[in-house]
Amino acid sequence: MTAMLSVGFELFLSAILVGGGVFALIGSYGLLRLPRPMQRLHAPTKATTVGVGAALVVSAFDLLPQGQISWQELLIVLFLLLTAPISALFLAKTLILRGEADPNLPDPGTGTPWATLAQERSDP
Amino acid sequence: MLKRLFPHPYLTMTLVVLWFLLVNHWKIGSLVMATLLATAIPLISSAWWPDRAMVKRPLSLATYTVLVLWDVIVANFQVARIVLFMPRDKIRSNWITIPLDLHSPEAISLLAGTITMTPGTLTADMSACGRALLVHALHAPDPAAVRDDIKTRYESRLKRIFE
Repeated sequence: MTAMLSVGFELFLSAILVGGGVFALIGSYGLLRLPRPMQRLHAPTKATTVGVGAALVVSAFDLLPQGQISWQELLIVLFLLLTAPISALFLAKTLILRGEADPNLPDPGTGTPWATLAQERSDP
Repeated sequence: MLKRLFPHPYLTMTLVVLWFLLVNHWKIGSLVMATLLATAIPLISSAWWPDRAMVKRPLSLATYTVLVLWDVIVANFQVARIVLFMPRDKIRSNWITIPLDLHSPEAISLLAGTITMTPGTLTADMSACGRALLVHALHAPDPAAVRDDIKTRYESRLKRIFE
C-alpha cells in the first residue's frame, strides 16, 4: 500500500516537472518567435516563474515520503522574485535609451518625461 | 533600549527566517547564530535604511502574495497560448501609462515587481517625478482595460496594506 502511494506520488511529481519543462521550452520558443525586442523581453519572465517554480516545488517535496521537506527552495523562489523584475526593468530601460523599443511612447501624464529619457535626474 | 537594539524589527525577523531556510534544519545552535546575525546586520546597515517600511496589515500582505502567485500561474497559460498559436501580425503589443495613487517607495517597487512577474505585462520605466509607471503589454487590444485591471486588482490592495 505504501509502495503504491509512493509510486503515485513520484508520478505526480514527475508530471509537475515535465509541465514546468514544457513552460520553459515555450518561453525559449517565444524568444525565437516574437519579432520585436520589447515582445521578446516577455518570454524570459515566463521561464523563470512557472518553469523554475515547478522544478523547485518538486525538489522541495522529493523526500516527502521519507518525512522530509526541504525549505531551502523557498529561498531560491524568494530571490528569483526579487531579482527577475529588476533585470527585466534594466533591459527595458536600455532598449528605451537606445531607441530600440517601439518609438511612440505614451505621455506619462505627470508633466515630467520618462526617467530614462529625462536629461537631468530629479529626485522624487 | 529595545528600539536601539532592534532598529528594524521586520528586517530582524526576516533575517532569522532567512537563516533558518539557509541552514535547512531546526537546531538550537542555528537559533543562536540567527539571533546574532539578525541583531548585528540591522545595526551595522541602519545608516542605509532611512525609513522603516510600514506594513499596516501583514495578514493582507500574505493574501496578496497568494493572489499574485495564483495570477502568475493563470497568466502563464494565457501567454503560452499567445506565443504558440497567435499569428505574429495579430499580436497587439501596447504601451500603457499607469498613474500611481501609491506614495511609499516600497509599495511602488512591489507593484512594479508584481506587474513584471505576472506574464503579459512588464514594467519598463517610471516618470521622472515617480508618479507614473510605463508598462509594456504583450497582447492588449484594449490598454485601458489592462490599466484599470492593474489598478483595481493590485494597486488598491497595496494601498490598503502600506498606506
